[in-house]
This record gives sequence, C-alpha cells and structure tokens, in this order.
Amino acid sequence: MQMTRKPSDITTDAKSGEVLHHEGEFIINMGPQHPATHGVLHLKIWLEGETIKKIEPHLGYIHRGIEKMCERLSYRQFIFSTSRMDYLSAHINNQACALAVEKALGLEVPPRAKAIRIILAELTRIASHELWWACSGLDLGGVTPFFYAFREREAINDIMEETCGARLTQNFIVPGGVMSDLHHNFQKRVKRVLTQIKDNLHEYDEILTGNIIFQNRLKEVGYLSREDAISYGCTGPAARGSGLSCDIRKLYPYDGYEKLDFDEIIFNEGDCWARYRVRMAEILQSVHIIEQLIDSIPDGEFQAKTKNVIKLPKGQFYQRVETARGELGVFIVSDGAATPYRCKFRSPNFSNLSAIPQMAQGAKIGDLVAIMATVDLVIPDIDR
Amino acid sequence: MVLITGYVKMNGTEINIKKTGFLKEYFGTIFTSLSSLLTGMKLTGYYFIHPNKIITEQYPDNRATLKMAERFRGEVTLPHNENNEHRCNGCQSCEIACPNGSIKIVTKHEISEDGKKKKRIDTWVYHLEMCTFCNLCIEACPSKAIVMGKKFEHSVYDKSQLVKILNKPGSKVMKEAEE
Repeated sequence: MQMTRKPSDITTDAKSGEVLHHEGEFIINMGPQHPATHGVLHLKIWLEGETIKKIEPHLGYIHRGIEKMCERLSYRQFIFSTSRMDYLSAHINNQACALAVEKALGLEVPPRAKAIRIILAELTRIASHELWWACSGLDLGGVTPFFYAFREREAINDIMEETCGARLTQNFIVPGGVMSDLHHNFQKRVKRVLTQIKDNLHEYDEILTGNIIFQNRLKEVGYLSREDAISYGCTGPAARGSGLSCDIRKLYPYDGYEKLDFDEIIFNEGDCWARYRVRMAEILQSVHIIEQLIDSIPDGEFQAKTKNVIKLPKGQFYQRVETARGELGVFIVSDGAATPYRCKFRSPNFSNLSAIPQMAQGAKIGDLVAIMATVDLVIPDIDR
Repeated sequence: MVLITGYVKMNGTEINIKKTGFLKEYFGTIFTSLSSLLTGMKLTGYYFIHPNKIITEQYPDNRATLKMAERFRGEVTLPHNENNEHRCNGCQSCEIACPNGSIKIVTKHEISEDGKKKKRIDTWVYHLEMCTFCNLCIEACPSKAIVMGKKFEHSVYDKSQLVKILNKPGSKVMKEAEE
C-alpha cells in the first residue's frame, strides 16, 4: 500500500534538516528486553502498516571492553575472556586465540592435542546448533522442540563437564595444546552421544522441519543474495545459505582439518529456509568429523612445552577459525612484551547483524523474528 | 475476494495465481499442515506414554545423590590434613596467574628454629565473587596446594560473604611442601 505524502507530514530536525519521521510511519523499538532477541539487542524499526521500511540496530548494551581488557592480560590469561564473547562456541573462540599465539611463536602443537581440540570444537558446534534449533522453534511459536534439542545438548555438556571441568565457558585450551588429558570415559561417552544424535535426528524432522506451518514461515522470507552476503561480510551458515563458500575449515584449514573428510554445506536459495537447512546438515557433518577421529586419537603429549612467561615477537598476527556462527578472526599486535599491544576480534555476529536490515527490507514485522532466528545472533559477540 | 478471482494483492502489486487448482491447493495446504502437525503430535504423544524415557533430573530433591564430575570447577579450595597443615608455601604463582585478581595472598616472614627467615602465608584471600573458574591458578601452583572444590551453590544475600579466607587459623605448611 503506497501512501502519498504532503510536505506537512514530514517532521524534520530543526538544526540539520534531517528527516526524522514521516506521517503514517510507526517507529517500534524491538528490545533491548525482548524474548525473541536472545539478549540485549535493540532494533529500531520503521514500519508502514506492517511492512518494514528501515531497521537500525542499536548496540552497546553489553559492551564490556574485552579487547581493551586483553591488553593487560598475558597470553595465557587473555584466552579465558574470549569465552564470554560467543558463549555458545566458547571452545572455538579459545582455540582461535591459542592458534594466533602459536602462529606467532612458531610452536608445533602435538597431534594428540590437535585431535582433542577438533573433537571438542565439533561437539561445541553440535551443541550450539542444537540450541539454535531449540530457540528458533521457540521464537516461531513452538515450545516443545526446545526440550528435544536440550536432551542431546545436555549429554554434550556432561562430556564437557567431565573432561574440561566446565559446561559452557570451558577455557580448556592453552597455548601449545590443551590443559589436561582426556577423561578416561571420554571416548565411550562421545560415541554414545553420536549414536544418540543420529538416532534422534529424525524426531527433529518430524516435529519441526516437516511442519508446513513452520516451513511457510521460513520459505521465501529474508532473502539475501550472494552479492549482498559478500558486501556485508556475512560468514558462516548465514552466508552459506546464500550460496557463498566461506567455510574456514575448508579454505584455510587449521589444527588438521585438512586431513579430514567432510563437506561444506551450501544452499543457493538465500532465504531463511536455506539457512535452516544448512545448520541441520552441518550437525551431521560434525558427527561425521568426530567419527573419523574418535577411534584414532594419537598417543603422546597433550601439551607442547612453553615458557612460563610467553612473549611474542614484534609484529602482527592474524588467525581465523570457523565458529558455529561464522568466521572469527583474532588479530594481535605485539611489541615484544608479555601482553598484547592491541587485540582485535573480528566477530561473525557483528557482520551478520549488519545484513539483517537488508534481509528484512519489505518484509512483514512477523518475519523479522524468523530472520533473526535463522541468522542465529549471540548478542555478547556483537558488542564484546 | 481472493478465493473467487484468484488474485492476491501483495505490496501493491497484483500477483496472478493460476485459477485452475487454486482451491485444490488452498485446501490441500490445510490438510498437509494438519497432517504435519499430527506427525509432531504423535512424537510428543509417544513420550507422554513412555515416561521412563524422560531424562529430567529433579535437582533440589536429588541433592543427596547428586555427584559432580571429577574435574568440576566449583570453587578454589586449600585442603588441610588432619594436623591442620596445608601445602601452600606462599610463592604467589596463583596470584600472578589469575586474570581478574580474585586471589590475594598476604605473606609474612617466620624465623625458623635454625635462625633462617622463611616466607609463609598469613592470609589466603579468595574473592569468589570475581572468580571466573578458568582453572589457571590450579595449573600454575607448583606444589599442588590448591584444588577445585565441588560445591556450586554459592548464592548469598551479600557480596561480602563471598570473600573467603582459605587457610584455617593456626594452620602450618607441610614439611614436604616447604620451598
């Protein structure tokens, strides 16, 4: 429905002349306290009727200055703070930091530590996708899926608790390897979880994926073209749903991903339904990766010998990893001291959030929740 | 009318939907969505009549049988043996390793029997309210004096109750842990 506007309908700023508000437009603030934003995200939405005209994300509600904090923490200590960025892929964030330090030192990580890291990283990815599936069901009006996904996620969290000591913010990785060796129950329990996931994944399809009402809310909603995904810097499943090949595990392998056999999941449709299917297929790929490793974890040291006080050589170091939400980059500038001179994190959620106004252009307000659910935002990662 | 003409107005533009089969598609969608809904309901019904497959733990009621994992990080503890002796010799490695300053160790100098000055701990202050359970202090301790405890129910009404002094009054360092 098009509206004709008279000049008297437009409110402008007295000083700058900037157009503030058109008559007939609503401005709705979604968040910062809103159940569908999964955190303190504030979206200012301009509406004409029910159609979204413009979205402006307002950030900063959970800014903790992690980058600045890292400047006074040593290279052993700053790893823990990255668990608090994307708390659902905490282990992978820690891995990125450790890899950046190892790259700078030229440190060779023992093969056992590499295998342990990959298995735990893929378990984290599965747990993260399970939580995303649970919450996207919850966002779109189904409470039951939540409990089905948490059944498997709980089993993974129990493994984390047994081996790492913590369920969510593990801090199990140290520069040069992992903190301690695997628990003796680890292999047995991981195998049990893998069979549990493979046995139960059909229930996910029965209860949510196959549901026509759910499908209709995702299909042809929130379209993002491949070109837009590139120009907004989208990564992870959000970009792979638009046909963009961006899996860091394939493109810039780290920690021995190059030796493993797995597929990069790409769908070309670019809508919410494509992003949904990317994640569902990625769960199975992660299961496949763990199955290759779990019976052949190499023997040997779990940690390379490092000095008590780690000092990086002068220079700039960058390391990227694939978290459950996209590409995380860790950029360290070192002046030769025991703490980083500058530490910058390129977080996947910040770039994915910037594409949401494009995805929601012309969509209805109810579709915005579906778009946000399939982009899978974690707010502390946006603000850091 | 949508049903009769087969035209739907969307965003100001008219989209022509094929007249033939429109009604069939319209009612077909209703039936497929109902059947897909029933597929999901069948699954929930299955768990409704199989209560032994439910994995929920009755947490506050199962406190007596609740067993935490071996490596669970609940709080930092300084174990004492039956002679009121601990293994901490006051090297302060944990204090340096802690990323957020939750450990403060106040040391004193004791003069031993043979007249030598020795560094000993006076108070081992642990700020539980600042601790992030990163395990770096436990890793840093050279004499394995501190371990992670299993207690996880830490909620109190006042923050000051979370500042703990871990060494018991009158405690001494074990012979084998000295320097």
